[in-house]
Amino acid sequence: MLLSPVRMHIPDGFLSTAVALLFWAASVVVVGYALKRAGRDLGERQVPIMGVLAAAIFAGQMLNFSVTGGTSGHLLGAAIATILLGPWPAVIVMTSVVSIQALIFQDGGLLALGANLFNMAVIGVAVSYFVYRSLRKVTGGKPWGVFIGGFVAAWSSIFMASMSCAIQLALSGTSPANVAIPAMGGIHALIGLGEGLITFGALAFLYATRRDLLTSGEAAAKGGAAVWVGGLAIAVLLAVASPLASAHPDGLEWVAEQRGFLEAARGPLYHVIPDYFFPGISSTALATIVAGILGVALVFSVTLGVAYLRRREEARQPGPNE
Amino acid sequence: MHVHLLDSYRPRISPVHRLDPRVKLVLTLAFILTAALTPVAAWPGYVLLLSIILSVEILSRLGVGYVLKRAALALPFALAALPVVFTTDGTTLLSLPLGPWSLTATMEGLARFFSVALKSWLSVQAAIVLASSTPFPDLLQAMRAVRIPRLLVAMFGLMWRYLFVLVDEALRLMRARAARSGDLGRPGLRRGGSVAWRGRVTGGMAGNLFLRAFERSDRIYMAMVSRGYDGEPRSLPLAAMTSGGRLTLGGGLALMVMLLLLGFLFRG
Repeated sequence: MLLSPVRMHIPDGFLSTAVALLFWAASVVVVGYALKRAGRDLGERQVPIMGVLAAAIFAGQMLNFSVTGGTSGHLLGAAIATILLGPWPAVIVMTSVVSIQALIFQDGGLLALGANLFNMAVIGVAVSYFVYRSLRKVTGGKPWGVFIGGFVAAWSSIFMASMSCAIQLALSGTSPANVAIPAMGGIHALIGLGEGLITFGALAFLYATRRDLLTSGEAAAKGGAAVWVGGLAIAVLLAVASPLASAHPDGLEWVAEQRGFLEAARGPLYHVIPDYFFPGISSTALATIVAGILGVALVFSVTLGVAYLRRREEARQPGPNE
Repeated sequence: MHVHLLDSYRPRISPVHRLDPRVKLVLTLAFILTAALTPVAAWPGYVLLLSIILSVEILSRLGVGYVLKRAALALPFALAALPVVFTTDGTTLLSLPLGPWSLTATMEGLARFFSVALKSWLSVQAAIVLASSTPFPDLLQAMRAVRIPRLLVAMFGLMWRYLFVLVDEALRLMRARAARSGDLGRPGLRRGGSVAWRGRVTGGMAGNLFLRAFERSDRIYMAMVSRGYDGEPRSLPLAAMTSGGRLTLGGGLALMVMLLLLGFLFRG
């Protein structure tokens, strides 16, 4: 599909409900805070500038270059958005991109949107910011620090986001940690190179033509110490947790189990409902039969409703509609 | 090439298209949540969910074929769940010797895999019906109604409005590159430059695109200010919900709860 180059968007069904809701909550908190901060950083220009840049990142994801044998390099855009706008507006921009992809193009699920937002808008931006700022500091404001910083930030944002994606799948019991983490990590270590190259090229272009844009992004990024620490924490956590979890496939499960999370994550919410819920029916066989009859009745009535509505429609306006 | 084709909305005259977008959004989310909560291997539950979504597809006149074709695009991700077939404990189905290791597929693992794939397939169909039967501005209204922050909704709106403009810009950039560097996809033609060089060129295009976006956003901002914009996104009040809409919402939610309970009965 034209607009779905980066396969990091988790569709619905792949995350257990508990994991999906947990990451929804986390993303809502971060995005809510980012909405407040972005207003302070950009003022009343925020809506046009973030809206159009989100559209540009969406469109920029179409730009690709062939690598070899039918594979191609693409852009996700978290790093470039962070460098150009600063961390908080970048979170909003990536949130818009990922949400519209899910809502309109079914690129990533709606229930899984929270997790996808967390990976691409929160982790992607925080890690980019941490890496870019650190490398800029280390290189002492030299121009090549911008390019190297951009390349490494872009690569890390992709790689870390894929790690987090793999861990979410493993927590949900959808993909075992010892397969998901190396597989996702390996693929995205390569995809990240494409991202890094494009980000590098984009920064080189902007540095040559509009240097002020790069410095204005830096000015907006002031006071981002919390993001820097957040990015550092996420990077360290993922860097430690991922190899551990994949080397000891049960390690992740062990931790989750210790925390009492695994039960909730995988076999959730069943306990709420007793084994038989029709009062007076205690035999499972009987309950299944009752359920079967109810199910057939349900489907029958839905189908009947559809047929009725369609007949009424056709009576209202005969012939095929255009 | 214009990309209006990209818009998922397919205008039809149908009860599904006419339905209040708020109701549609909430019911779609409820359907996806129901699919997610339906236990593994509750096959009759999945069949019921499928029959419901198929009915809606027929009713919407979008064409079942169209929805299923688009839904198939989301299936490759199922590969990520494939290893589960071999790692879940349970009754052995078959064993594949693979050098020093052997892969053991189990019934439980297979059931888990198919449940995940089915849930994903059902959910994506619901999302397609929502996106294809609701114009985007209506969807924005629905988002406002479910209390998504006004600023975020305004951003979605602005992004959507300029998405097609910028996608056109991206296509123009790609056409310009194709005109100057040959078609990379065609066999027999030599590719110019190394992979790193090609990546940098693409990066230059991306930078160009962002620069154009920045300049455009300046103009848009000035146009907005000249029309009285003061930093506060405003929008029309939401229309009142019709009784039909309320009825559909209540009925739909009740149906989902019903299906969920049935799903639990069918489990295992």
